[in-house]
Amino acid sequence: MDLFCKAQLSLWLIILACLSTDAYAVIASEKLDQNITTADHSEFKVLQQQFHSGPEVTKACLQCHTEAAKQVQQSLHWTWEYVQPKTLQTLGKRHVINSFCGSVTSNEPRCTSCHAGYGWEDMKQPPPTDETSVDCLVCHDTTGGYIKLPNAAGHPAYQPMESPLDSGHMKAPPDLTVIAQNVGHSQPANCGSCHFYGGGGDGVKHGDLDSSLVNPPKSLDVHLSAEGANFACSDCHTTTGHITAGSRYQGNAHDTQGIDVPGHTDMSRASCESCHGAAPHHEEKLNEHVDRVACQSCHIPAFARGGVATKTWWDWSTAGKLDENNKPMTVYDENGHLSYLSTKGDFHYAENVTPEYRWFNGTVHYTLQTDTIDSDHPPVQVNWIEGSAHDPDARIWPFKIMHGKQPFDTVNKTLLINHVYSPTDDSALWTNFDWAKALAAGTKIAGQPYSGQFDFIETEMYWPISHMVGPADSAVKCSSCHARNSRLNGIPDIYIPARDHNSLLDKIGWGTALLMLIGSAAHAGGRGISALRRRRNKK
Amino acid sequence: MSRVMVFKRFERFWHWSQAALIFFLLFTGFEVHGTYQVLGFGKAVQLHSTAAWALITLWVFAIFWHFTTGEWRQYIPVTDKLGAVIYYYAVGTFTGAAHPFKKTTLAKHNPLQRLAYLWLKLIISPLIWVSGLLYLFYNQLDQIGLGNIPLEWIALTHTAAAFLMMIFIIAHVYMATMGKTPLSLIKPMITGYEPEQEDATAASASNEQSGEKPL
Repeated sequence: MDLFCKAQLSLWLIILACLSTDAYAVIASEKLDQNITTADHSEFKVLQQQFHSGPEVTKACLQCHTEAAKQVQQSLHWTWEYVQPKTLQTLGKRHVINSFCGSVTSNEPRCTSCHAGYGWEDMKQPPPTDETSVDCLVCHDTTGGYIKLPNAAGHPAYQPMESPLDSGHMKAPPDLTVIAQNVGHSQPANCGSCHFYGGGGDGVKHGDLDSSLVNPPKSLDVHLSAEGANFACSDCHTTTGHITAGSRYQGNAHDTQGIDVPGHTDMSRASCESCHGAAPHHEEKLNEHVDRVACQSCHIPAFARGGVATKTWWDWSTAGKLDENNKPMTVYDENGHLSYLSTKGDFHYAENVTPEYRWFNGTVHYTLQTDTIDSDHPPVQVNWIEGSAHDPDARIWPFKIMHGKQPFDTVNKTLLINHVYSPTDDSALWTNFDWAKALAAGTKIAGQPYSGQFDFIETEMYWPISHMVGPADSAVKCSSCHARNSRLNGIPDIYIPARDHNSLLDKIGWGTALLMLIGSAAHAGGRGISALRRRRNKK
Repeated sequence: MSRVMVFKRFERFWHWSQAALIFFLLFTGFEVHGTYQVLGFGKAVQLHSTAAWALITLWVFAIFWHFTTGEWRQYIPVTDKLGAVIYYYAVGTFTGAAHPFKKTTLAKHNPLQRLAYLWLKLIISPLIWVSGLLYLFYNQLDQIGLGNIPLEWIALTHTAAAFLMMIFIIAHVYMATMGKTPLSLIKPMITGYEPEQEDATAASASNEQSGEKPL
């Protein structure tokens, strides 16, 4: 075989190899280690030292990552402030009231345990400006050992501490050196260390965000599951230069762009459509739903379904009761969930919760501490959502609607700043169990006008559901909505086949059919009788 | 003695497959309407749509057949004997009177039948057809400038048409049993042949048997 022939043969073999599906399969089955980085941080001299505090670690990080702190300090994770572009309300954790612990204001060292920094102790002041007050580790720890204390304004423990409280068991503080030498990409556990525990405990607040998402089975979340897409949160929550795109206060309820590259062609966070496109179903009739129904409405059949319950009712009005020994009480329900705490009042928890559905165009309004409420017509909407059938940007979305009772000023008609936690004195509810004192202190700290007259009013708060997307075959069945008893009962201004009908038309239709049947039967009977008579007469 | 083919092969195929499809469409349709849950909404919609396309295809062939064979003339309304036929169904059938209409291959339908079938073909069927297609292509209506029609109107029109169809069928099925025996009028629709007729002298005697046709 001459050289030319050999060359030709090898060329054909290469082409064949490239074309063969086996070659593709090999390429496709190689799984990338998504957490791999180009630097081994334990090699860096600056990290080979004994760290005594979070800010010390940050200072070392900034030696190389010179812009990181400046970037973080521009982010929502830092400012906790957001001017809603449509309503122009100034929102963000720094300003809003919610239906869980109420407000960050007046409870700082506790609530700011989830600030991406150290030492923000007064909401009336902007967050600390010192670059070393940025907390790198909460988002970049890969060891799982970095834990912020619940009441230290963002700091972790620096001394051995008794844990659990009164157990006599001393727990060593996190080893900041080991943690700093093992930093990496943010994983769901990092984001989850705050976002899974909002409202005071695992799964309490959102319902679709809890610790079950750290390592979920595919049935719980196809995107985060290692058996599924094995996403990190930031795969959808596009983050560039420490700025995470998008906002819960102003979302995009109807992405009409379809498949795009988040952060490049779409400057918002990824939507379902960013990857799945605007016509993701094989069945055309299903695709014809996407203009009016959010993907989440069908593909998240229930929330809080990873084994962690979410709080659905929180009645503050009953807080403060003490037992016969004047000690605070803790009561559990039959499922082992908290049902009463003297510090917090009555609760309902639930698992596998069917969402409630509403028209939603992405815009969220808030009842701020300065806004007047209509106390004659509870529930007061702590936040409320925009959208209607007539709004082309609105779709039917699933929500967790949090219900409960909160304190309000009966004279000024405002929701009140609730001072539940104080590290230094007995001004707060959790130490004095006295509402009058706690509200007086909270409003004073916040600078909120307060008449001194208070009562409790029923409130509700809307939490859009977007996580815990199950596999396609677990999607809500057609007949869950297309039925007289529909999940979408209460969704106005849209005709939903099988849910809706015109009862007059049905009555006329069935009535006439029945009359026709009875008429036919009578006619037949008449003919039968007259035929019998005739036969008899003939005889 | 003669055996007359009144219902040709295609006509019979068309009639019975149409009947089966309409029963199936009523069954699946009222599930889509929300009256009951048997197949599940999604399955009901899928089968209803498939059956609808089958019926539309059948109608296209049937219309072609009617025009090419001239059979469409069978549905031209006539007034001759109309009153007599109505009187027969209202009174005569109870007194044992003979049916006033004598069926021939040129006039298979009595005057009342002509009106009823014309009503079916010109009102009920088009109403179902048009509202059904608008329903099926609701999301594409804006492309033909009909995007402003509320789905509710389309759905309710389709429902009303379905009721009209159901009422027609009840009357039609009942009247099909009004021959000498309950099946004597249905048999020709299956075999195509009218029962053997005697010659003209016996015509009046056999009128009752051969003249009636289901409405």
